[in-house]
Amino acid sequence: MFGRLTWAAIPFDVPIVMWVSAVVGAGILAILLLVTVKGWWPYLWREWITSVDHKRIGAMYMILALVMLVRGFSDAIMMRSQLALAAGGAPGYLPPEHYDQIFSAHGTIMIFFVAMPFVVGLMNFAVPLQLGVRDVAFPVLNSVSFWLTAAGVLLVNLSLFVGEFARTGWLAYPPLSEIAYSPGVGVDYYLWSLQISGFGTLLSGINLTTTILKLRARGMGYSRMPVFCWTALASNLLIVAAFPILTATFAMLLLDRYCGFHFFTNDLGGNPMMYVNLIWIWGHPEVYILVLPAFGVFSEVVATFAGKPLFGYRSMVMATMAICVLSFMVWLHHFFTMGAGADVNAFFGVATMIIAVPTGVKIFNWLFTLYGGRIHFTVPIYWTLGFMVTFVFGGMTGVLMALPPVDFILHNSLFLVAHFHNTAIAGVVFGVMAGYSYWFPKAFGFKLNERIGKAIFWCWFFGFYLAFVPLYVLGLMGATRRMQHYPDVHWQPLMLVALGGAVLIFTGIILTVVQLVVSIRARDRNRDLTGDPWNGRTLEWSIPSPPPAWNFTLLPEVERTDAFWAAKQSAAGQQRNAAATPQPYTSLQVPKNNPTGIFTAVCAVVLGFALIWHIWWLAVLGLLGSIAVLLMQAWRTDTEVVIPAEEIARFEREYALKRTLA
Amino acid sequence: MAMHHLRVALLAATVALSSCQEGVLDPHGPVGKSERLLLFDASAIMLAVGIPVILLTLVVAWWFRAGNRHARYKPDWEYSGRIELIVWAIPALVILFLGGMAWVSSHDLDPPRALQSSSPPVEVQVVSLDWQWLFIYPAQGIASVNHLVVPAGVPIRFSLTSSTVMNSFFIPQLGSQIYTMPDMTTHLNLQADQQGTYHGLSAQFSGEGFSDMRFELDAVSNEEFQGWVAASRAKGGVLDAPAFAGLARPSKGKDPATYGEVAAGLFDAVASGHIAASGHIPPEGHIAAEAAPHQEP
Repeated sequence: MFGRLTWAAIPFDVPIVMWVSAVVGAGILAILLLVTVKGWWPYLWREWITSVDHKRIGAMYMILALVMLVRGFSDAIMMRSQLALAAGGAPGYLPPEHYDQIFSAHGTIMIFFVAMPFVVGLMNFAVPLQLGVRDVAFPVLNSVSFWLTAAGVLLVNLSLFVGEFARTGWLAYPPLSEIAYSPGVGVDYYLWSLQISGFGTLLSGINLTTTILKLRARGMGYSRMPVFCWTALASNLLIVAAFPILTATFAMLLLDRYCGFHFFTNDLGGNPMMYVNLIWIWGHPEVYILVLPAFGVFSEVVATFAGKPLFGYRSMVMATMAICVLSFMVWLHHFFTMGAGADVNAFFGVATMIIAVPTGVKIFNWLFTLYGGRIHFTVPIYWTLGFMVTFVFGGMTGVLMALPPVDFILHNSLFLVAHFHNTAIAGVVFGVMAGYSYWFPKAFGFKLNERIGKAIFWCWFFGFYLAFVPLYVLGLMGATRRMQHYPDVHWQPLMLVALGGAVLIFTGIILTVVQLVVSIRARDRNRDLTGDPWNGRTLEWSIPSPPPAWNFTLLPEVERTDAFWAAKQSAAGQQRNAAATPQPYTSLQVPKNNPTGIFTAVCAVVLGFALIWHIWWLAVLGLLGSIAVLLMQAWRTDTEVVIPAEEIARFEREYALKRTLA
Repeated sequence: MAMHHLRVALLAATVALSSCQEGVLDPHGPVGKSERLLLFDASAIMLAVGIPVILLTLVVAWWFRAGNRHARYKPDWEYSGRIELIVWAIPALVILFLGGMAWVSSHDLDPPRALQSSSPPVEVQVVSLDWQWLFIYPAQGIASVNHLVVPAGVPIRFSLTSSTVMNSFFIPQLGSQIYTMPDMTTHLNLQADQQGTYHGLSAQFSGEGFSDMRFELDAVSNEEFQGWVAASRAKGGVLDAPAFAGLARPSKGKDPATYGEVAAGLFDAVASGHIAASGHIPPEGHIAAEAAPHQEP
């Protein structure tokens, strides 16, 4: 009846897990109770859960990512404290079967459920606003994408309490991840949660690519698009090209595990090396899917706070697209040590290094954007400068390991771990944090607390160096990744320093929550009444904060890059004054709320859970449910809601009044 | 004077990094030494560009702060063909140079490439097990578990495979690592220049016993090596298919052991997947006597 699921699946004997379960369970219960008592359900359902507004969906992606950041970081703290203890024969407090799950979950969660939703959330929020359009190309699909990601998140978190997670590392290399060596449900949790969320990511990629290619403000040719939109285009093209590879690779591994196929097994013609190739053909572009939009954020932030146009716009665009193409030609550098031969290794080594050229150009262009500027040292500019300084080291260690013989001595070492955290934290996290504080006032109509914002930056900045410089050194000392204990007591002091760094970063994460609470409480003092708190350059700053559901009352026309800056310069903001005078507003249609996304996700969770535990009748039920949801959506005719002209006129009058008061 | 200080500081940093530990910055073989040189050269070239860029970033950002009245604000400056040329040229030239290094060094230090030496190489066949290392000496007809003994100053030619999952065979102080993979044979050439004991490990996560997959390599004199071979032979123990099946059962943290005799073609049978770790015995496998390995003292 319940397949492999028995009471034995609940880890009653592991006190850490049971305590976490209890605390998390109590927390969720308390939130549900609060929402019920306060009667917030109708509001949540109407305004958020069933919303197909790209701004709301973007915000929900960010909240999801922040919650999972806490989860993923708890794993990091456990790993660091285990290694701070387990020196010279000491076993530490986490046995291998637990520790192996923790580092696998850490990597999986941080990439798929923290970095991805952060980046996708930012793109979702900002791209349509920068393009000067009213929504993404497929608003309902957008909601489905988000809820599928949330479904993956739910499954990953379920694995903590029901069963186990993979003990294979975050990429689940076979043959270790095959049924012969990993017979438990851990790898199945990994595979199904990533299949479900990966499908959502693919849909989101199609959606944003279409939006950028087909829906831009009148006059906004490609050469007038904001650079963030260019990087978003590159990133989403990569999603469209790379995620099907991931889905196909996982599908083959699933066939091996469920149906006795032999794609990657040791016997009967299977070839595990093929999996390693395939997973990195997805995996390397994934790196750029994450970091390119971050580069886009830095480009916007630098130009805005230096009060200058971006230096070398065309160079920047060319560099972005060059990285986009090259990122598909370097995957083999993740396994030079497989013994592919000198020619193959040399080719991929050189190809990898070539990516450093457009990346270097970007750094120089940001530098020359700062040059001649009038720089306001706001929180986003802190993150950007911190990125420029720190990312250069990450780039250099990357080029270093692109030399195959150097990789032979550093592969899989803690040096490598330090390198990819150097790029992922200084690149992606700093970029996301810059974007978060930059666009927050646009999304919610008030600014975040600056002082706490700067404290968060310093925690991450110094925390990063404290946590990862020791790992660079340890890697050179011969320490390898994923070890649960080590014999050499000389390594322990550095491990302790690294733990200190992790704690400092954790302080930064806690402060992020504090900043949010403090800023919400003080929101009346930090209102953004003009819609343009930073003296911005692109179209999102030309509309009120938060923008109305329809984004632009009058669709803008664009004549050059930095369209809003140009409008402000010409005739002292003629456009804005025009908006303030009474206009014959027409009514607008916006997409109606739609529960398809949440229903799809519920069915996906049921389907995934049933497949993981081999509960076949429930799997059939989940599949039929999702087909039913799809049919319901297909036969919906009432998809739009009309906003009457009077309401729009009232909104514009209020905005004009607020602006004159400000 | 400044130059002198810099040199002292660099030397001190290198000594601090390399003396107290036994990592890749303290190599004891030709492969590791070449790789360390490459690491230093490439780092120096990149730091020569990277450090000025970092400093320039901080200086420019500070000078052009909004409060500085001496800084000239150029609100419309967004293009300079000359600067564009330079910013593309600098990284391109660096990468052209490093790319050349990558191409040449990939061929020079290709793991299967034989090392230059007057003495013929010692052959060692490596099998990674769950979670132990098996070393077979085909010429000597002996085998050793979790302990590698080789003559110093002589090239070692490794052929490697795995009986279960992937691992990576790595002795940091000798240089290059390489994967061990089921149904595959990889090749690696290393040499220890001086006598001594070096730590070896698996650098590719392979499951529960991964952290204990460590072994020691003893680089000894030629005579000592011959003595160790003779002693291992004298101690006896036969490593054939059934004994291998027993050895391959998952275990961790076992003490080193030796076998005085190894069935011919055992490595090839493992590498071609004819003997799996599950203990599958090929039809031609003969019945062996009790073949317990001998524990080393």
